[in-house]
Amino acid sequence: MTASQIIFYILSAFILGTAVLSVTTNKIFRSAIWLLFSLIGIAGLYFWLKVEFIAAVQIVVYVGGIVVLIIFSIFLTQQAGKEMPKPPIVRSVASVLAVLFGFALSYFLIYKNEFKAGDKPFDWSVHKIGNQMLATGENGYALPFEVVSILLLAAMVGCIVIAIKSKPEEKNG
Amino acid sequence: MAEIPLSHILFVTTALFFIGMYGLFTRRNMITMLMSVELILNSVNINFVVFNKYLYPDKLDGVFFTIFIITIAAAEAAVAIAIIINLYRSHRSIDVETAEEMKW
Repeated sequence: MTASQIIFYILSAFILGTAVLSVTTNKIFRSAIWLLFSLIGIAGLYFWLKVEFIAAVQIVVYVGGIVVLIIFSIFLTQQAGKEMPKPPIVRSVASVLAVLFGFALSYFLIYKNEFKAGDKPFDWSVHKIGNQMLATGENGYALPFEVVSILLLAAMVGCIVIAIKSKPEEKNG
Repeated sequence: MAEIPLSHILFVTTALFFIGMYGLFTRRNMITMLMSVELILNSVNINFVVFNKYLYPDKLDGVFFTIFIITIAAAEAAVAIAIIINLYRSHRSIDVETAEEMKW
């Protein structure tokens, strides 16, 4: 077993372990922190795959943005140390069964499928990504890029409109 | 790199996807449900990158899909948290069971 394999298995165990803790722990703040560790592990997996650009985007957007946003909203909406009520035992057992069945089915299909590996080396660079992102011809991503920028603008305006404090006289009416 | 077969990486992402599904099934708090959705989206992202790298190494489409999914996930999380905070203001709770008056 080479060092690369050992690193992969350690990273996988870290990601899955922290993800399980994140969905099962009863304190919501701990849940957010476990999610943070899981996302950092996923960024490590991208580093292991040698796509450093995606790893950097993962760290900047997920770890630096979304998790901070989630922690903020936890502080704004409830007591961080309070325990959440446990789910009823029937629901837990049914969920575990459903999830195990789904996992078994999906992994069976993946295992039986023969993937034809490409033979060329994987060469990406930020230069290539940027060129293709703004290309308008074949294989260009200029249109989705513009659509996503409009979506971000709409989401920003929408957030402000939804979360803005309404005036007291409007509230009653 | 080549010594890890593709199916091992897909095992990890499938497991991550179904861990997120488990969270979505059992949790009733909106913020924790949002966290489960983030786990699911991350497993899909890893899948895109891995398929791109292992199966179609001469193209870059998987990387582009991952970038767009990350962008949309950020927008989705922001809108969801705005909705959650607004709901908390009117109901003093972010449990999905208490927010049922729009159901019928």
